[in-house]
Amino acid sequence: MFAQRLASPSIFRTLPAFLMMAIMLPLLAGCGYNTIPTAEENARAAWSEVLNQYQRRADLIPNLVETVKGYASHEKDTLDAVVEARAKATQITVTPETLKDPEALKKFQDAQAGLTSALSRLIAVSEAYPDLKANQNFLALQAQLEGTENRIAVSRRDYIQAVRDYNLTLRTFPSVLWATFWFRGNEPFANFTVAEDKMQPPKVDFGTKQGG
Amino acid sequence: MTIPGISLSKCDRLASAVLIAAVVLFSCVMAYAADLPALTGRVVDNAGIIDAATKAALTRKLADFETKGSDQIVVATIPSLDGEEIEPYANRLFRFWKLGQAGENNGVLLLVAPNDRKMRIEVGYGLEGTLTDLHTKLIIENDMVPAFRAGDFSGGISKAVDDMVMVLEGNPEELEARGKRNPADDGTSIDPIVAVFLILWATMFFGGLAMAFLPPMFGTKLSPGVYRWLGMTFRYGRGPSGYSGSRGWTTGSSSGGWSSGSSGGGWSSGSSGGGGFSGGGGSSGGGGSSGSW
Repeated sequence: MFAQRLASPSIFRTLPAFLMMAIMLPLLAGCGYNTIPTAEENARAAWSEVLNQYQRRADLIPNLVETVKGYASHEKDTLDAVVEARAKATQITVTPETLKDPEALKKFQDAQAGLTSALSRLIAVSEAYPDLKANQNFLALQAQLEGTENRIAVSRRDYIQAVRDYNLTLRTFPSVLWATFWFRGNEPFANFTVAEDKMQPPKVDFGTKQGG
Repeated sequence: MTIPGISLSKCDRLASAVLIAAVVLFSCVMAYAADLPALTGRVVDNAGIIDAATKAALTRKLADFETKGSDQIVVATIPSLDGEEIEPYANRLFRFWKLGQAGENNGVLLLVAPNDRKMRIEVGYGLEGTLTDLHTKLIIENDMVPAFRAGDFSGGISKAVDDMVMVLEGNPEELEARGKRNPADDGTSIDPIVAVFLILWATMFFGGLAMAFLPPMFGTKLSPGVYRWLGMTFRYGRGPSGYSGSRGWTTGSSSGGWSSGSSGGGWSSGSSGGGGFSGGGGSSGGGGSSGSW
């Protein structure tokens, strides 16, 4: 009976190969073939969220500038500085594809930091105008700006974490094996530099100071 | 360390290194977990500033509200932030507790730190459009700050909760849709696919077992080794001659069981910790606003 089975059509000879594949394919995933692409996509998604939040801030600014202008038109220098910093910041974009370039990220970071400080100067100046501070529109914009700054901080933290995870997969065992044999084109992503994170962008702190 | 018996000392060192690593890792995990308070209910009053009656009323109100639209609102008080800013702490706590349903991210965390005189309303991704930053700001400034200044924590918090619920109910269609998408989950419901799988598996596994034991116990004996039970006739012992031949086939095919066996692991993670209250798996991206008094 055993001999008969061996002699029978090729189904039985290809069967081990099929079985082998059925076992090997899940093992391939289990061995961490997916680790690097997964981490890479996570890091890219985290970056998109960072961009999204910075964009949200940039979108708020024209409205804010207009509102402040109505009450404090002679603070021209501060207003112009914000407009200029915004223009500069929106010009520089880092797409997920160019994340490998630390220079590009540095430029982006510097431009956004410039906008952050220009904005906090504007907010500080507006403290001197009680009418402006009482304006409903300005209050709403303030709340949104504050929320956006916090979202930026959260998304930056998430990005830093995601990039660290991704870069780790490229350098640590066992995923480094996949990196050397299969994903040779994958390079570590640039992260936010420590210096800038230690600097902590000037906090735009509304609510806390008034009547504390 | 050039003493004789190197292999032993090496082994020892390795073992102790592994042990130390394990202890360090464990203590790290413990330290991180101890850092954040446990989610003991919808009102986690670790600072002890909410009176019992308000706490009970809030818990009931929030539970009712969750059954309506699946939104999870949690009130938490901690004595002190230990020097951390309230924004990152609230976000960390929100994500640790996983407030809101998994796909919806419809959680809200109201955090008060009395020693730092700070409060924050952290809103999950899914509710940012309804309970906007401005809403939370106004709730903090108009409901909580005046009450807190007067020392009335319970009143300020319950007023803030009322207003948050009011804002979230202000969009009834969305609320209802969310509730329908996430029917009240008592923690025991099972994914239908998992249920079908379990039933099939149990039938195959226990069916054979039952066939072996039950007919002799409950059936009527027709002759030695032959029983009649539930209208079927069962034969035991030496069967027809073809039986032993087909037996080889059954054992061969049963190897296919390994793949289905391994997928059973999904079941344990699928069920959430039953009993009590737990986060639904939502997350927050830092929406909401903070204030101080």
